[in-house]
Amino acid sequence: MDVGNPWLNLAIFLAFVVVTLVIVVRVSRTTTSVGDFYHGGRAFSGRQNGIAISGDYLSAASFLGIVGAVALYGYDGLLYSIGFLVAWLVALLLVAEPLRNTAKYTMADVLSFRMRQRPVRTAAATSTLAVTFFYLLAQMAGAGALVALLLGIDSRAGQGAVIAVVGALMIVYVLVGGMKGTTWVQIIKAVLLIVGAGAMFVWVLGLNGMNLSRVVGDAVAVHPEGLRVAEPMLQYGGSTASKLGFVSLAVALVFGAAGLPHVLMRFYTVPTAKEARRSVTWAIGLIGAFYLFTFVLGFGAAYLVGADVIMDSPGGANSAAPALAYALGGTLLLGFISAVAFATILAVVAGLTITASASFAHDIYNGVIKGGQADPHEEVKVARRTAVVIGAVSIVGGVLANGQNVAFLVSLAFAIAASANLPSILYSLYWKRFNTRGSVWSIYGGLISAVVLIVFSPVVTGSETAMFPSVDIAWFPLSNPALVSVPLGFFLGWLGSVTSNEHDELKQAEMEVRSMTGAGAEKAVIH
Amino acid sequence: MSHDPEAHLPPRHDPLPAISDEDGPGPSAEEFARVQQSAEFQQLRSRFRRFAFPMTVAFLVWYFAYVLLSTFAEDLMSVPVIGYLNVGLLLGLGQFVTTFLITWLYVRHANRNLDPVAGRLRAELEGEA
Repeated sequence: MDVGNPWLNLAIFLAFVVVTLVIVVRVSRTTTSVGDFYHGGRAFSGRQNGIAISGDYLSAASFLGIVGAVALYGYDGLLYSIGFLVAWLVALLLVAEPLRNTAKYTMADVLSFRMRQRPVRTAAATSTLAVTFFYLLAQMAGAGALVALLLGIDSRAGQGAVIAVVGALMIVYVLVGGMKGTTWVQIIKAVLLIVGAGAMFVWVLGLNGMNLSRVVGDAVAVHPEGLRVAEPMLQYGGSTASKLGFVSLAVALVFGAAGLPHVLMRFYTVPTAKEARRSVTWAIGLIGAFYLFTFVLGFGAAYLVGADVIMDSPGGANSAAPALAYALGGTLLLGFISAVAFATILAVVAGLTITASASFAHDIYNGVIKGGQADPHEEVKVARRTAVVIGAVSIVGGVLANGQNVAFLVSLAFAIAASANLPSILYSLYWKRFNTRGSVWSIYGGLISAVVLIVFSPVVTGSETAMFPSVDIAWFPLSNPALVSVPLGFFLGWLGSVTSNEHDELKQAEMEVRSMTGAGAEKAVIH
Repeated sequence: MSHDPEAHLPPRHDPLPAISDEDGPGPSAEEFARVQQSAEFQQLRSRFRRFAFPMTVAFLVWYFAYVLLSTFAEDLMSVPVIGYLNVGLLLGLGQFVTTFLITWLYVRHANRNLDPVAGRLRAELEGEA
């Protein structure tokens, strides 16, 4: 596919890297203390935090992955948009405010509040690292696809090299910029992304007289599957197993968001529960608007670019959005949209890496190994080293996952978050009887079952599109484990609790009163 | 952004406190337990739960109804309604509408019925400490 002039693309791309690096370096110079690393002083307003949340949430999966999935499979791709959005009601109604009232820095703070610290912190940190790893995998694959498309690199080895370079660059950003730099890039990027996608949305609709039905009709007219693209089960209708895979994906999407550690961590950056509520409201508004755009962008890419052209381009389905930008506005719009997409990947990866390294340093190193007495500077040193290791591992994973749809890869992270984190979060907030054994069983049970089922699914081996197509150890037929692993996580949490007599009534009372009223919650750090 | 987000960050923050400590004296465990038993707290909790729990069940039922109909009632979902927009696509757009609607209802409920009570209890607890 013709994607403009690679040298011009490269120039826009490099200009973007230079500008953001300058911002990050400038911001990092003003970072004076260790506390900045975790919550930026809890002094963000609800609106600022809502924009930053949508920045964290609208990852490469949302932009590149969903547009690609809708362009190729139409209706079935829209499930991502719908599930990713509806999931926020779980966060709004059940999680955000009590979490803000009860916790300090990481998800483990809430989960271990009325439990024995060590086992629960270890479990929560482990699942944080696992979710982060799968999420990073997706972003890396997206970065590879994007840069490969822009520079016209077709070979797998070449794309792997690009992923490694991009990944290394991202580690540099995190190490230099820290949490402040990340939040900065996050807010700018969220605004750019929503404005950019909104402009393309208006453009595509405008070409069709502002008529949504005509956009779908145009896609139907040129798509190889014709009218099927507007109907369900084009992608998942093949067999009962694939249909159940669709339902399983729906479970992962709706229960995953409120268990994502990097999103949960954002609820701590505001001063009160009321601001936490306001930030989720802002996030729902922005994210909802963005996902409505993807509806039109996906069908727009299907007819303006064409499903066959998208499939054959470097980066596959993930190149639908940049290709649509090129078809609409030529080289300059392509450059702008690609820079925004790159900023998206960069900011999300930075946010994820910081969440994971904070969790390791705060929960494992300080909480478990040092018993809460670690020297703060030592802790940050540990966090930095963790960031490098996480970055390196995700580069290797990203090379292997290259070619998979990034929205699909993120859905695996959602499945693990939904299975391992959400049961434990909901039980500890709302179930008196819940205790250490229940918490540990539900986290490890959900985590292990989700990961094992992914490893033995057609995603990893035994199918043409698998990561290791030449091996076949797949026995679990669904491409997403949530349908089995989420109920299992809830069941094990219940079973563990009722088989253990441990129960701290005073702590439970304290947690409940704190979570409902905000009494004793940490205030904003005063200016 | 009309202003610099940096402006909201304080110049200095404390280093990490030990994870299980309070920052200064807070309400004691017994005070929390007493508040938990109070009629006012019980009322706050039931006001919250009577809204949040049924609403959660409602949106989950509606979401999974959409997913299951898409999976196992393809023919129904493929019936055209307005031009190329069929039943399934319109129900999908309906999920957006209900999500925005529920958000608005919850925020209104929380502002009117929860915040005043929660604020009173918090002031009472922190005033005692």
